[in-house]
Amino acid sequence: MADANEANEGVRRRDFIHVAALSTAGVGAAASALPLVSQMAPSADVLAESTTDVDVSAIEAGQSIKTVFRKQPLFVKRLTPEEIAEANEVDVADLRDQESLTDRLGEGNEDILVTMGVCTHLGCVPLGAAEGENKGEYGGYFCPCHGSHYDTAGRIRKGPAPTNLVVPDFAFTSESVIRVG
Amino acid sequence: MSFAWAKPYEPQTGFTKWIDEKLPLPRLVYNAVGAGYPVPRNLNYMWNFGVLAGFCLMIQIVTGVILAMHYAANTEVAFATTEHIMRNVNSGWLMRYAHANGASFFFIVIYLHIFRGLFYSSYKAPREMIWLLGVVIFLLMMATAFMGYVLPWGQMSFWGAKVITGLFGAIPLVGESLQVWLVGGFAPDNAALNRFFSLHFLLPFVIAGVVILHIWALHIPGSSNPTGIEVKQESDTVPFHPYYTAKDGFGLGIFLLAFTFMVFFLPNMLGHPDNYIEANPLSTPALIVPEWYFLPFYAILRAFTDDLTIPFTGIVLIQAKLLGVIAMFGSILLWFFLPWLDKSPVRSGHYRPMFKKFFWFGFIPCMIALFIAGGAPAEQPYVLLSQIATAYYFLHFLVILPIVSQIEVPKPLPYSITESVLGSDDAAPGKTASSGAKGADDIGSLQPAE
Repeated sequence: MADANEANEGVRRRDFIHVAALSTAGVGAAASALPLVSQMAPSADVLAESTTDVDVSAIEAGQSIKTVFRKQPLFVKRLTPEEIAEANEVDVADLRDQESLTDRLGEGNEDILVTMGVCTHLGCVPLGAAEGENKGEYGGYFCPCHGSHYDTAGRIRKGPAPTNLVVPDFAFTSESVIRVG
Repeated sequence: MSFAWAKPYEPQTGFTKWIDEKLPLPRLVYNAVGAGYPVPRNLNYMWNFGVLAGFCLMIQIVTGVILAMHYAANTEVAFATTEHIMRNVNSGWLMRYAHANGASFFFIVIYLHIFRGLFYSSYKAPREMIWLLGVVIFLLMMATAFMGYVLPWGQMSFWGAKVITGLFGAIPLVGESLQVWLVGGFAPDNAALNRFFSLHFLLPFVIAGVVILHIWALHIPGSSNPTGIEVKQESDTVPFHPYYTAKDGFGLGIFLLAFTFMVFFLPNMLGHPDNYIEANPLSTPALIVPEWYFLPFYAILRAFTDDLTIPFTGIVLIQAKLLGVIAMFGSILLWFFLPWLDKSPVRSGHYRPMFKKFFWFGFIPCMIALFIAGGAPAEQPYVLLSQIATAYYFLHFLVILPIVSQIEVPKPLPYSITESVLGSDDAAPGKTASSGAKGADDIGSLQPAE
C-alpha cells in the first residue's frame, strides 16, 4: 500500500536518501581531491627562500651581475648614461609592453636595473649580462632560444616574448645593498 | 568479434581444458594474435609497425624498470647516478643506451605507423575509435618521453623542462599559477624532478592499458588493408598465425638489426652532447632543441613571432607566445577530427590520385621542412621556412583534405581483396568457379560476427 502511494506521488522517501548519500559522498570525494592537488604546489622550503640581498656597490657602470632569486637567475645592472639616454629616447606608446625606464627603475633609483634573467617567452636565460655576450639589436639582452631582443631597459622590442623582463619587488636597504623579494 | 570463418579455439589437453574453463586467457590470445584471428591476405610491410610499436613499449618498460633500480631522482645526485649507471652498474650502459635509443626507435616506428594510417586512411569508419585511441597513445608517449628526458638532469634536461613547462605560462589568467603548480616551485628543481620521475614510471603502464583498448577496438572490424576495401569472404583472409606472426617476425629481425646497430655503435647520435653537462639554472645552452622526434611540433611553436592584433588599432587579441602554444597543441589535437575531415568514401591512397599527389608532394615535404626548421636556430631563413610549413600543415588537414575528398574522382576499386591479389576470386585455393560467385548472395555471413 505504501508503495502504491509513493508511486503516485512520483517522489519516494528513498529518493531523498539516494540524493543525500550521493551528495555527501560527492562532497567527500571532492574534499579528498584537494590535498591530492595542493601537494603539487611549492612546498614550504621552496617558499622560504624568497628574498635575496645584493651588494650593488661593486658594479661599475655598464657592468651586470648574475645572481639567484627564487632559484632563478637575477640580473643586476648599472646602466651607463648612454644606455639611459637610449632607453629614454624610445616613445613608450610604441612598445609592446608599455613601460618607461623610470617605471622600471623605481623611485630614487637612477641607474640600477634589476630584472629577472628569465625570458618572458619560455624561460631561457637571455644573453647580455656577461661581458662579450650578444646583447641583441637593441643593446640590452638577447634570448638565444627563440630570438627575443630586449633593449637597455630590459623591455621587449623584437621576437616572440610577450612582456618586458620582469622587475621583481626590490628596495634599497642601505646605500649599497638591495633586498629583492 | 571476428569473421564467421574464424577458427575456434579448441583446447587439446586436459590441462588446457581446465585452464579454459577457469580463465580463458589462452583462448583470448588465440583469437587476438593466433590462428583464430583472420587477417586480410594482402597486408604489406607497412602493417608491421603496430606489432613493432608494442615491442618498443616492452623494451622501454623492461629497461626502464631496471634503470629505476639504480637511479635516484634528486637534483643533488640525479646526474651522478646516471653516470653511475653508465660506468659502475653491470651492463648499465647497455640498459641506458637501449632505453634512450629505444625511445627514438619507438617514435620512428610510431611515426611510420601514423603515416601508414594517413596514407591508407585507416582512420575512416568503421575504425575511427582505433585511430582516436592511437592519438591518445601518441600524446601519452610525448608526455612520457619529455619527462624521461628530464631525469638525467643535464643541461638539455633542465632547459627542456623549463621551456615546456613555460608553455603553460602562456595560458591567460591562470597560466603562471598553473606553471608554478606543475613545477612545484618558481623554476624546475627537486620537486619537478621527483614528480617527473614518478609520472615517467607510471605513464608507460597507462599506455599499455590504452594499447589494449586500441587492439580491442581493432579486433571488432578487423585490420584494414592496402586496397582499403573490406573483407568479403574467407579467401580474402589468412589466419594471423602463422602467416603474420612470421611476417612480423621477419620485420622484427630487421628492426632489431637497426636498433642494436644504433645501441652498440652510435648510441649518442640521436642525443644531444649538452645533456652530458650537469644542469645549470644560470646558463642556457646556446641552442635549445628538443629530442629529434619533437622537432616538427617545436617548429610550429616557434613559427609565431607576432601577436594577433586587430588591424590598424594595435589591440592585441592573442599574444604570439599563446598563438604558438595553441598551434602546437592544435596540430596534434587536429588528428582527433581527421575521420570526419576526410569525407572520401575510398580509403586507400593508391586509388585516390589527387590525394596521393598532395600526400607525397605536399604533406611529406611539409613535415620534412618542419623537422629541419625545428632543429635550426631561431633565425632566417628557418623562421620563414617554419611559417610556410606550419601554414601548409594546417591547410592540408583543414582545407585541402576536405576539398580533395569532395572533388576527386577515385580510380576503380577491385571487387575483392582476393581479386586484387590473385586476379580473380575464382583463383583462390579451394574455390571452384561456382563458389566464387556465391560470395555475393552470402552477404549476411560477410559481416564480422561478434
